Amino acid sequence: MVRSGKPDLGVRINKLNLKNPVMAASGTFGYAEEFKDLMDLKKLGAVVTKTITLKPRPGNPPPRICETPSGMLNSVGLENPGIDAFISTKLAFLKKLGIPLIVSIAAEESPVEFEILIGKLEAVKEIAAIELNISCPNLRKDKLVSQDAGDTAAVVGAVRKLTSKILITKLSPNVTCITDIAMAAEDAGSDALALINTLSGMRIDVRKRIPMLGSRSGGLSGPAVRPVAVKMVWDVYNKIKIPIIGMGGIMDVESALEFFIAGASAVSLGTVNFVNPGACLEVISGLERYMINNRIPDLSRLTGSLKLCQD
Amino acid sequence: MARITQLKTRIVCNRELAESYRYLEFESSCIAKAALPGQFVNIRVSGTSDPLLRRPLSIHGIKGRRVKVLYEVVGKATGILASKKPGDSLDILGPLGNGFNLDRAAPFSAKESNIVVAGGMGVAPLVFLAETLKKSKTQIAQAETIVLIGAKTKKFILCRKEFEALGFSVRIATDDGSLGFKGKVTDLLNSFCGKTRPGMIFSCGPRPMLQAVALAAAEKNIPAQLSLEEYMACGIGACLGCVVSTRQGYKTVCKDGPVFFGEDLIW
Repeated sequence: MVRSGKPDLGVRINKLNLKNPVMAASGTFGYAEEFKDLMDLKKLGAVVTKTITLKPRPGNPPPRICETPSGMLNSVGLENPGIDAFISTKLAFLKKLGIPLIVSIAAEESPVEFEILIGKLEAVKEIAAIELNISCPNLRKDKLVSQDAGDTAAVVGAVRKLTSKILITKLSPNVTCITDIAMAAEDAGSDALALINTLSGMRIDVRKRIPMLGSRSGGLSGPAVRPVAVKMVWDVYNKIKIPIIGMGGIMDVESALEFFIAGASAVSLGTVNFVNPGACLEVISGLERYMINNRIPDLSRLTGSLKLCQD
Repeated sequence: MARITQLKTRIVCNRELAESYRYLEFESSCIAKAALPGQFVNIRVSGTSDPLLRRPLSIHGIKGRRVKVLYEVVGKATGILASKKPGDSLDILGPLGNGFNLDRAAPFSAKESNIVVAGGMGVAPLVFLAETLKKSKTQIAQAETIVLIGAKTKKFILCRKEFEALGFSVRIATDDGSLGFKGKVTDLLNSFCGKTRPGMIFSCGPRPMLQAVALAAAEKNIPAQLSLEEYMACGIGACLGCVVSTRQGYKTVCKDGPVFFGEDLIW
């Protein structure tokens, strides 16, 4: 690093270059337009859309959210207008931003849906990457794709054949061994991994003895899940070579740094967007300050820089 | 829709009204200028992660550069808010949501009236509505306005004087009969709807009350604008956490609402 120079916050995910490693996480940022009054969206490293499905999804019955100690549960259930309406009504605004656009997609019934979804997205050149959401806990399924290494490999492998875009696989923490799933996704051709999705959870109204959420249980997010996420990023980092996009309860630069040090190449901010819409930009500037103060010339030197005592 | 702002501001006043009911006033010229009746602000009461989420509170009125809010202390977050002193800082997002619609041209004749129905803390946005109706030149504002306020007991009847100062007649209902009619405010509403045919009903209060208001309005074919409350996170239509069932599918209370026409809602 040149003495007076600024550190390089750029990060590379295969052929995709991000000017900085901070993204807004899927499901917490709508289609970005919702936040246009509150921040300069062009400063984001990337934006990940709310998950899109083939058909419109009305989502789950209310109440869909409730607060928990330092966190929240949601059971939104992937409410979205479907791929065609997404392309005709939401894409124009996102394209104009000029920042890498990552479209999150999910299949409701069968992985075959990914084929049609990719078919519709592949031609849109502004879409830099596809995030495969195979880890949403709100689909009322007995088992998620990302809860089985074989299923994960099959879906990632099939989608890999269909797209030349960067492929990011989003993993669930609700598994026995996340590294098995991570390695399966890597072997099947995923360019990067996003972890973690929400943790399955439940809250009960003890006065009425009913679940607090309309669909009984939901996904836990926010600072409460952060230590779980950091550990999983660290575990996965030690087993794979592709970049990790770390997320789970990041509130500020301090908590974002934990993820980088554990092994993340980039981070996604989720729940905090509801609380502090300026958080992503605060993390970008805080990260730059930290790198200057610690003489870290580029981000790759920070990723996985955890120091361990030798025993 | 007016621009949404996030700002740090100072509390001007934060005092008790009756037991858990409190009055809050803070400075914000941009929210004061842009706010419409029925809109709300989303307040972060602490910089820590517990409580994590903001709390949505209806805008109760505007006084120059100041914004007025009423709230009830129900849990940790509102407890923290209640402990704040004038001069303490507050993180506010607003103004948010779709408020009351004063332009909807009801088939008004001179004999028709607006009925405002408030239940408990639901009185908060209705004072701002009444003040705006008083100043408004829309057709709806030319009709007489009658205000019905209901609460458990006398001490929880708020803002009677504010409505009367605007020249609106006020009727009270309390569950225990400690003031006015003994019974539900919706019983009062039903008796009014029996005698006259109001042109428009505006209401805010607990959900069962709003449902009863919607039912009464539907029976007489009177349009009713109801301000709803729901657990909420972002307040700007991004998380889709606060939806209600409507004839057009799920709609967000924070962005599509909080005010909905009764005829659109599915209870």
